[in-house]
Amino acid sequence: MRIRLSHLAFSALATLITVNAAQADEVQVAVAANFTAPIQAIAKDFEKDTGHKLVAAYGATGQFYAQIKNGAPFEVFLAADDSTPAKLEQEKETVAGSRFTYAIGTLALWSAKPGYVDAKGEVLKKNEYKHLSIANPKAAPYGLAATQVLDKLKLTEATKAKIVEGQNITQAFQFVSTGNAELGFVALSQIYKDGKVSEGSAWIVPAELHDPIRQDAVILNKGKDNPAAKALVDYLKGPKAAAVIKSYGYEL
Amino acid sequence: MSASIQARLKLARDDFTLDVDLDLPGRGISALFGHSGSGKTSCLRCLAGLERAASAYIEVNGQVWEDSARGHFIPPHQRPVGYVFQEPSLFPHLSVRGNLEFGWRRIAPEARKINQEQACQLLGIGHLLARKPATLSGGEAQRVGIARALLSSPRLLLMDEPLAALDSARKREILPYLERLHDELDIPLIYVSHAQDEVARLADHLVLLEQGKAVASGPIGQTLARLDLPLAQGEDAGVVLEGVVVGHDPHYQLFELRLPGGDGQRLRIAHPGLHMGSTLRLKVQARDVSLALTADGASSILNRLPVRVRECRPADNPAHVLVSLDAAGNALLARITRYSADQLAVQPGQMLWAQIKSVALLG
Amino acid sequence: MPLDASDLGAIWLTIKLASLTTAILLVLGTPIAWWLARTRSWLRGPIGAVVALPLVLPPTVIGFYLLLALGPHGWIGQATQALGLGSVVFSFTGLVIGSVVYSMPFVVQPLQNAFGAIGQRPLEVAATLRASPWDTFIHVVLPLARPGFITASILGFAHTVGEFGVVLMIGGNIPDKTRVVSVQIFDHVEAMEYSQAHWLAGAMLVFSFLVLLMLYAGRRGKAGWS
Repeated sequence: MRIRLSHLAFSALATLITVNAAQADEVQVAVAANFTAPIQAIAKDFEKDTGHKLVAAYGATGQFYAQIKNGAPFEVFLAADDSTPAKLEQEKETVAGSRFTYAIGTLALWSAKPGYVDAKGEVLKKNEYKHLSIANPKAAPYGLAATQVLDKLKLTEATKAKIVEGQNITQAFQFVSTGNAELGFVALSQIYKDGKVSEGSAWIVPAELHDPIRQDAVILNKGKDNPAAKALVDYLKGPKAAAVIKSYGYEL
Repeated sequence: MSASIQARLKLARDDFTLDVDLDLPGRGISALFGHSGSGKTSCLRCLAGLERAASAYIEVNGQVWEDSARGHFIPPHQRPVGYVFQEPSLFPHLSVRGNLEFGWRRIAPEARKINQEQACQLLGIGHLLARKPATLSGGEAQRVGIARALLSSPRLLLMDEPLAALDSARKREILPYLERLHDELDIPLIYVSHAQDEVARLADHLVLLEQGKAVASGPIGQTLARLDLPLAQGEDAGVVLEGVVVGHDPHYQLFELRLPGGDGQRLRIAHPGLHMGSTLRLKVQARDVSLALTADGASSILNRLPVRVRECRPADNPAHVLVSLDAAGNALLARITRYSADQLAVQPGQMLWAQIKSVALLG
Repeated sequence: MPLDASDLGAIWLTIKLASLTTAILLVLGTPIAWWLARTRSWLRGPIGAVVALPLVLPPTVIGFYLLLALGPHGWIGQATQALGLGSVVFSFTGLVIGSVVYSMPFVVQPLQNAFGAIGQRPLEVAATLRASPWDTFIHVVLPLARPGFITASILGFAHTVGEFGVVLMIGGNIPDKTRVVSVQIFDHVEAMEYSQAHWLAGAMLVFSFLVLLMLYAGRRGKAGWS
């Protein structure tokens, strides 16, 4: 038994040495929760193509901001909005010039019931639903976009008493998927699979009804000297990643 | 309506089985006597309804409280019992007065047989009323516990070793109060104890329990003198006699007591301050009784009673024998050497004189 | 004024929620605690464990299951709809139900301990003094268990005030209906309004400290059963 253990330890050590020799580095990435599935798909290709290793943490953008300000070890930040990375840039927490938009979110009005939402979103004007789920507009870009849509359609007053807020877009989705809210503004990426809406019924909200939901990425100060951080950012800008991102319902 | 307490109980526990058929007098004090684990407390708890026996028939002075054959069970709070636990078990959130009033207030006014003043006076607790239980001594707390039970106007008082948790000074403090209950109240009392001195002092009727069975039940004087019971074997073995003070010799400062069963049955005792006509309880220990063939012969022994030998048995000590005697209906016990018994050729039916070296006044 | 109307609304709502939850829990929890403290049934273990579940489960788990159970397809939701009450998710009623579940062990366990500590004897004494079981409960058990009731009330109230995950899952963040202080703080943090977050969070800290201080100060000088 002892022999096998030491053998294992030896091979682990050997692996480490090999990886180092090939200039493989590890990159710590903070990823907005709504981008969980795409980044997992991208990470696979990225690791295979570059030999670097991607270690991702998923969470709320506001929380990541607080953690980064307080010394969290993240090297790259894929935010759910564009204001948080901008703020970090202003506060000199990022590598200058590294900020870019890696995806643009698409808003969808969705119901878990097939046929409930029509192709033009007229269902919003009918007063048949009890709850309209949105993400918290103060914290989540999708929530803010949803309120902009309601404003444009002059439905803010009419829907005021029906709005329930999820703390983030995941929760807004959950309220609808469990049937507790008949309708909700969700991220298309949450209901999109293989190029179409996978269940229930949805109205893909036209982009002109709200400010673009830009999701920006930055390299943080901690990742300044890490070649893997630079490699990841370059990879995200490349065509292979773009294809994956689009397949999850994001624009570019 | 028969003045008696009947209890037929069958109860199986993991470690022992109770199987008794008790027929106790409906008045006076009956003692349930036995070692711990003999089932005394279980009997008492069944009588109060705190425990339900698998098979039970309980009748108290004509009222059936429990009859498992008919599915009849009066719950404990509807049984007119007063229960005194081994520990005083006063309610800590109530004052002494609050404790006393607890049961009293739950009795309809017309059914109350005793008021607070009487109870306080009987147990000497009038000065404690405003106190909290935590500030009472063990003896005081137990007296309050007894008064509290009395104030619920019970038709049957049950006491589960009320003195066992007290030291001997506190016991001496409470015993007189218990005797007053006996003398002044007309409530039957069942008293559980494993202390022979308490039983001798208080009980009129004695039930001996062993391993969940009643091995003897009868009037205290008879039962203590039974040679077939382990009671007669102990160092302190003896009998209890009751007598009335009928004479006083001021010169020698002696009082004369007459025992039941004829004029010849008299005892003289040197105890100051007795009252003519009062009834006294005496303990005569077996080792203080010697036997003689005749009454004559000068001796310092004060009391001699004519007796008839009922039975003679070996004692636990092989040098001794125990002799059970009948003094005109009064039972006596003598513990003498086997040598003396052979010298006197003691045998059942024989007439002898019992010389009583000392008698102890109980209470 | 560092706190705005929505903060004050959240504080008032939180107090209302915690008070109502505590009151309901005392009513519901007393018989449950009594049963758990007395019974010899084999069900004691399973039911005790169910009551204690919120102690170990993450609030998000409770919240998630409540969201499902109270929702239109859940069994409670079906029942409330059949009764004409509609769905209680996203309502104050829903929060009360959630809080009752979530804070249950904090009320039941102190009560259970208090009832257990009383033991059998005072009940037997009361029975031999002609008190019926109900009478005994009111006049003996309740006064003797008073410290337990105080602890249970304080813990139930405080724990409901501190509740977050469950509210997050079933509340919907509706002002004056389901937006309680803890959620409001989270909102402020998310929106990077750190100064308001500080005020509310600080108030919460002081409140919790005072509650615990009260609890520990109350522990001394308690009369026991003699």
